[in-house]
Amino acid sequence: MTLANGLPVLILLSSLLPGLVIFLLREDSHRLRTWLNLAGAVIKLILVGVLIWGVFHEQVFETRWMLAPGLDLVLHADALSVLFVTLSTVLWLVTTVYAIGYLEGTPHRSRFFGFFSLCVTATVGLALAGNLFTFVVFYELLTLATYPLVAHKGTPEAVRGARIYLAYTLSGGVILLVGAVWLRTIAGPLEFVQGGILGDIEGLDPWALRWIFAFLIIGLGVKAALVPLHGWLPQAMVAPAPVSALLHAVAVVKAGAFGIVRVVYDVFGVEFLATLNMLPLLGAAAAVTIIYGSVRALSQDHLKKRLAYSTVSQVSYIALGTAIVGPLATIGGVVHLVHQGVMKITLFFAAGNYAENLGIHKVSEMNGVGRRMPGTTAAFTIGALGMIGIPPVAGFVSKWYLGVGAVEAGQAAWVLPVLIGSSLLNAAYFLPILYRAWFRPAPAEWPHEHPRSGRWEMPGALLWPPVITASLALLIGLFAAAPYSPLEWAQLIASREYRS
Amino acid sequence: MLATTIIYGFAGICLFVLGLRGVLLHTTALARILALNVCGAGVFLLFVVLAYRGAGMTPDPVPHALVLTGIVVAVSATALALALARRLREIDHD
Amino acid sequence: MTDLLVWPILLPLLASLLALVFPRRGDWIGGMASLAVLISAAWLVHSVWDNGVIAVALGGWQPGLGIALRADGLSSVLLLMVAIVALTIGIYATRYFDNAVVRARFWPLWLLLLAALNALLLSGDVFNLYVTLELVGLTAVALGALGGSRDAIVAALRYLTIGLLGSMAFLAGVVVLYAAYGTLDMVALASVVEDRPATWVALMLMTLGLLVKSALFPMHFWLPPAHANAPAPVSAALSALVVKVAFYLVLRLWLDVFTVALHPATAWMLGLLGAVAVLWGSYRALRAPRLKLLAAYSTVAQLGYLFLFLPLLAGLPDGPAREAAFGAVVLFALTHGFAKSALFLGAGVIQQRAGHDRIEELGGTARALPVTTFVLALSGIALIGLPPSGTFLAKWQLLAAAVETGQWVWIPVVAVGSLLAGAYVFRVLGHAFAPGDRDGSALAAGREELPALALALVATVVLGLAAGGLWGFLDFAAMSPGGAR
Repeated sequence: MTLANGLPVLILLSSLLPGLVIFLLREDSHRLRTWLNLAGAVIKLILVGVLIWGVFHEQVFETRWMLAPGLDLVLHADALSVLFVTLSTVLWLVTTVYAIGYLEGTPHRSRFFGFFSLCVTATVGLALAGNLFTFVVFYELLTLATYPLVAHKGTPEAVRGARIYLAYTLSGGVILLVGAVWLRTIAGPLEFVQGGILGDIEGLDPWALRWIFAFLIIGLGVKAALVPLHGWLPQAMVAPAPVSALLHAVAVVKAGAFGIVRVVYDVFGVEFLATLNMLPLLGAAAAVTIIYGSVRALSQDHLKKRLAYSTVSQVSYIALGTAIVGPLATIGGVVHLVHQGVMKITLFFAAGNYAENLGIHKVSEMNGVGRRMPGTTAAFTIGALGMIGIPPVAGFVSKWYLGVGAVEAGQAAWVLPVLIGSSLLNAAYFLPILYRAWFRPAPAEWPHEHPRSGRWEMPGALLWPPVITASLALLIGLFAAAPYSPLEWAQLIASREYRS
Repeated sequence: MLATTIIYGFAGICLFVLGLRGVLLHTTALARILALNVCGAGVFLLFVVLAYRGAGMTPDPVPHALVLTGIVVAVSATALALALARRLREIDHD
Repeated sequence: MTDLLVWPILLPLLASLLALVFPRRGDWIGGMASLAVLISAAWLVHSVWDNGVIAVALGGWQPGLGIALRADGLSSVLLLMVAIVALTIGIYATRYFDNAVVRARFWPLWLLLLAALNALLLSGDVFNLYVTLELVGLTAVALGALGGSRDAIVAALRYLTIGLLGSMAFLAGVVVLYAAYGTLDMVALASVVEDRPATWVALMLMTLGLLVKSALFPMHFWLPPAHANAPAPVSAALSALVVKVAFYLVLRLWLDVFTVALHPATAWMLGLLGAVAVLWGSYRALRAPRLKLLAAYSTVAQLGYLFLFLPLLAGLPDGPAREAAFGAVVLFALTHGFAKSALFLGAGVIQQRAGHDRIEELGGTARALPVTTFVLALSGIALIGLPPSGTFLAKWQLLAAAVETGQWVWIPVVAVGSLLAGAYVFRVLGHAFAPGDRDGSALAAGREELPALALALVATVVLGLAAGGLWGFLDFAAMSPGGAR
């Protein structure tokens, strides 16, 4: 096994093996579990570093394993997968640290971290999938790995949320499967190729292709929470905070969005898709979702629910980017894959800290929290400003490219109102929170305050993750033009997706 | 003689159908078991007819061998069925 | 080399007699015999892999008068599945039966069943198929009644009556075949069979008998009570192996022997019954109050999937697409064999620990029996057809064949069936993960939990990730080269 065909497998194993071992650990072998978790995350980070370097130098990494005739499990690294792999690996490391701190002293931690690792394995597998079949395999595995995480608390509420989550995702999975099988049968092996493959195949029935595209997008749209398939997302926020963070920023929602990007660019090819006239439909779905999510977020008093609806809205920027034919819009959509992840994970970490430290679950309870927890609230502020699109936070870069891309493609008439409207709505549901946190006086007593210990407002394992991800959101916005930045990768990807 | 073959064959089919009717209509275990045996006798009769190759000719040995095997199987099946039925009666009488 | 075909039948048969004579040594005799059968089955697969079809005429009597045994890819791979599942169930059985009397009755019958299953898979002529089918049925009934409860006896008696009717129909079909063609050897039949009424009558009678035996809707009604009331190791074998060999015969007769008489309309009929079985069985499984009843109804549904393949195989021309579909149906049958036996053994562990298997009251199982809960989850994944199980690959090929032949109607059936399966599997898991009043101290895996785990891992990991060679093997060692497949 050479490095070129072994590296993708090693990257998968670096979280799979620790996960399997953790399942077998006794509940009280606390240090070994922590050690395994962190070792896996760090090793994965190093391996991904090698991968980035290799892909940048145009080395081909591919592992192929035949499962059945015509059905190969292919792990393959291209620029897009590297972008997503890096995002999940970095955020996994941060989230692991956070989860270790968050779950300290709670029961069933071996089970939790076992499934946590499996969840990341599935996400990374999805990122590295080299054809649609492999993508479907990991997409379903992700459903299986996240269900126990959502149900983790075991309360009737958690079990109910998990059941709804499962009903949505399994149905979406079946629809995706039908679309994928159909396409595989009429078009041959669906290896992901930059620029798409279907445009080169003669004699395909355009109506069949339209139906297939609809099946694939509906199947992926369930996880990507496209309206009206988003119903599970607000329910699933009963999960513990690190799970919500991972679900919203890296794993599930992002898997759906990543799948849409793959299908549009590397299966159909965006230019070929434009000839089928399916992009306006996708664009309309994305636009409706963006506005609807923001409007619903406005009226949520529950903080995590408000963030959940904000996710519904923000993830669809990615779909919006794919629906506009033009390299700049593509850059905007693809780079938002990373930007939204970094910003949203910050917000969920902060929300978890408020709940953990002071028992704050609702927006109306957040008065004066900025002075009590300045580090967490500063991180939350950066994330929220980024979501609104205020420079120099990363979210601004995505929105800028989307807007300029729409103008370039001649679609400004409907895209710009959506962008502006949603930014105003974002401001309308985030700014009041910031105002309360920083400028309103604190109440005499917090809902459920934990005794303060140590120098900082929180234990370090809970404080540093949001601070780090907030700094990242700021840095990748400030240094968007630097080499190896997400924006530069997105430009690299976009330059390869367009043939003409 | 051809007519003999037809008569026996027809009788076999009749027995099979009669037995089938009995199994489907009766509810008591013993009646069903007996009906199954009638059914089986019909099939065996068909085999015996098959072996007949005309007056004065030696019959085909293969169907005969098969019938013997079939009868042995049927007897053991009946024995098992009777044993189960008896066990059921014992349980119900306790 | 031809001796290879005799051992899988002879070994358990002799061991069965030994176990009858030395009832106290049952565990030991049974374990050794099962191990020996596994070795001979593995050896057989190996040699079929190297040489293609193996045949032997017993005692030197040529087919026509003597008894022919044959092994091709299909039968040898099923034989290996039977051997592995049987050995694992046998190991579990040494822990399950704590009553010495029942245990002494179990082993002779169990080994006899194993011999009969193997003989059925290796039989080369249709009359021996009848004899072995009957032998399988009788031992299965006797094993099912081992529990001794009234429900078990009633179910066993019904199973026996229905099964006997089925084999009578099969035997009547054999008579018609002999009358029409003068031979009972399958290879000889395959070359002389013509598309005419006598063939249709024979095929109809035999198929009817097999439908009863394989519990295809609407002939499934005997299965749930029989499988749910038998002792757990027996239920596992009944659901995983006994109905499966009846389906094997459907495949064998339709695809190898009666190819010329296989009309699309007939295949469609069976496909439709299969579709109803998928939906009805899954729905009833969802409603089932007890875990073992759920597993039994799930068997009805899973056999329905197998029958869905028939119209597709009939509609595909010879070539890679048909080979893919044929391999898929075999992979489906294999995966179900492992997954369902794992599920029944897991249910047995729960039943013995908790004293019941009522799904509503499974709370706390995940904490008290984590390994068994994991088994339920793994086998559930295979029943739903999610990756990485073998069923996922098989379903993919099933859907692909439906697209290929334009038989779109099966696609929604598979989709709805999978979702219903998801609902019943996660209904169980949801209850198992709920907090309960069960004692949480027994975290260590009990030895009785491990056989089920091994079976579930084979279904969900090995057959999903490492079964790529199956298709080539089946194609290389097909009984009629250049023929039906």
